[in-house]
Amino acid sequence: MLDYFLSEEQSLMVATARELAERKILPVRARYDEEERFPHEIFRAIAEADLAGVYIPEEYGGSAGGSPIMNMCLVTEELSKICGGIALSFASSALGALPILIAGDEEQKRRWLPRMAAGALGAFAITEADAGSDPVAMRTLAVRDGDGYVLNGTKMFITNGGEAEIYSVLAMTDREKGARGASCFVVEKGAPGFGFGRKESKMGIRASATRELIFQDCRLPAANRLGREGSGFMTAMKTFDSSRPGVGSQALGIAAGALALAIGYARERKQFGRPIISNQGLQWMLADMATQVEAARALIYATARWIDAGAKRPTMASAMSKCFASDVAMRVTIDAIQVFGGVGYSKEYPIEKYARDAKITQIYEGTNQIQRDEIALALIREAARK
Amino acid sequence: MMEIMVCLKQVPDAAEVRVDPATRTLMRQGVAAMVNPFDLHALEEGVRCRERLGGGRVTAVSMGPPQAAEALREALARGADAAVLLGSRVFAGADTLATSRVLALAAGKLAPGLILAGKQAIDADTGQVGPELAAWLDWPLVCYVAKIREISPARAVVERRLDSGREVLEVDLPAVFTVIREINEPRLPSFKGRLRAKKAAIPVWDERELGADPAETGLAGSPTAVAEIFPPPRRERGEMPTAGTPAEAARLLAGKIRECRPA
Repeated sequence: MLDYFLSEEQSLMVATARELAERKILPVRARYDEEERFPHEIFRAIAEADLAGVYIPEEYGGSAGGSPIMNMCLVTEELSKICGGIALSFASSALGALPILIAGDEEQKRRWLPRMAAGALGAFAITEADAGSDPVAMRTLAVRDGDGYVLNGTKMFITNGGEAEIYSVLAMTDREKGARGASCFVVEKGAPGFGFGRKESKMGIRASATRELIFQDCRLPAANRLGREGSGFMTAMKTFDSSRPGVGSQALGIAAGALALAIGYARERKQFGRPIISNQGLQWMLADMATQVEAARALIYATARWIDAGAKRPTMASAMSKCFASDVAMRVTIDAIQVFGGVGYSKEYPIEKYARDAKITQIYEGTNQIQRDEIALALIREAARK
Repeated sequence: MMEIMVCLKQVPDAAEVRVDPATRTLMRQGVAAMVNPFDLHALEEGVRCRERLGGGRVTAVSMGPPQAAEALREALARGADAAVLLGSRVFAGADTLATSRVLALAAGKLAPGLILAGKQAIDADTGQVGPELAAWLDWPLVCYVAKIREISPARAVVERRLDSGREVLEVDLPAVFTVIREINEPRLPSFKGRLRAKKAAIPVWDERELGADPAETGLAGSPTAVAEIFPPPRRERGEMPTAGTPAEAARLLAGKIRECRPA
């Protein structure tokens, strides 16, 4: 791995996350995957290790140190090297906190961020059954009612759904206005009229919970609205600008973890009287895998640092990070299975899980097709400006 | 506010230790160091006692060479509030007696309400330093503590595990407890703990600071000479007469005793 000149704080953060992943996550990852068990106790350990608030500023109980997105990426990567599913409890909680960080006022930040830094799980909800890549088609409505709002509708595929305490939720406040007609609200678990639907049974990230959120006449005070009315999609876009390098780092961690396992196995496994790693064909596979992983890392770190430095429009770089790293993760994990051969296809070995966990990173927080749309749109805009 | 003193020893990483067949001493050169695992349980229990008491201070103490400061930094990262290195050239080559003497002098300065230590260190396995420390201080000693049921500044109720079962003891404080693994699961070093540990200044107390007589410390103060070092033979499990009536069990036991008695 290259030297990315992490700060002393970041190096300690990475060391803390690595030890936690190896000691607490490694021994249980296969069982949690098999049983589709949500890792509450591991997220508690993450919080006890002071990692839950690495992207939250100090004044709200975190330890962002001016580099929230880079920190979020580093911790996500480290946890994902061991288990992309369990790591998602952390990464998705960060996704839930970002709208508050981006659009919340001082009082709202004081209200929710210290709890999240101390280990209250978060989640972010946009997707609906008929509003995936096309979020403007969402049906969830927030209707003004006196000094508050009444929410009705159903969100789908919500990561940390049912397990999180604090939800950032997008709802239409004025359907006529389309992309300018949505608002973002914070809804806490236990709010009257807020319930959960069924939990998805998934191919990968099975230790993560994916559920429906159901709002039935859920009343919220106006103080729970983040930003002004109608700014919901703007908040969501800014959130994705910051969160997509996080999905990228989840993919990166999965790829890096799979690569390390593949190298280890190739050194141990003997055929024709020598370790299989002595075959040039396999060496070149590993070389290509490692090159892709390092390129993904360099792109993600550069993007995260640019965002932390105050980038105005990091959309293209964020989309590239997510898209590139997740495509890398898919290729590298499938190749890692190939290195393992027959046992790689067996659940006795951990490698098949990496490939199952990798797949979702090409899909959520905008499919990679949507990411390419974003990248192309940015290219066209940039060219037109000249 | 109770002061809780936790004794730590830096030991070679168990997985890497080899015995030099020629000299029959442990080959420590180039071997990574770690905190004696039992002492990590003592530290965790100290931190938990502080949390249960709603305050206080946990001070990690280690006698050793300058590099033992690393063990103390790990203790700070895992929740200790302060750390002191007992370090001086004259402390070198100490046996358990000379070591416990220096630790007792440190206890005199810190005035703890409780001293915790691991039941033994995994390098030399003597299990003597904790008990000797209690003897120097003339404090109550409980070894093999598996649980601290209750604790207040004046007394504690503890469980200790023996081969024959469990004992529950009520102990006046201050006291020395040596602990076994079962007592807790040590927490991992936290990010902020590591940060604090990295920046912390660790004071070094030498013989002048401690008011130690150099003749009672280090090699000079060590009456023990190591004649031989070898891996201990496996201890066999005792035989438990579980079947049959109490009378039959008693007859079996009496028979065993007769077998053992020298003719």
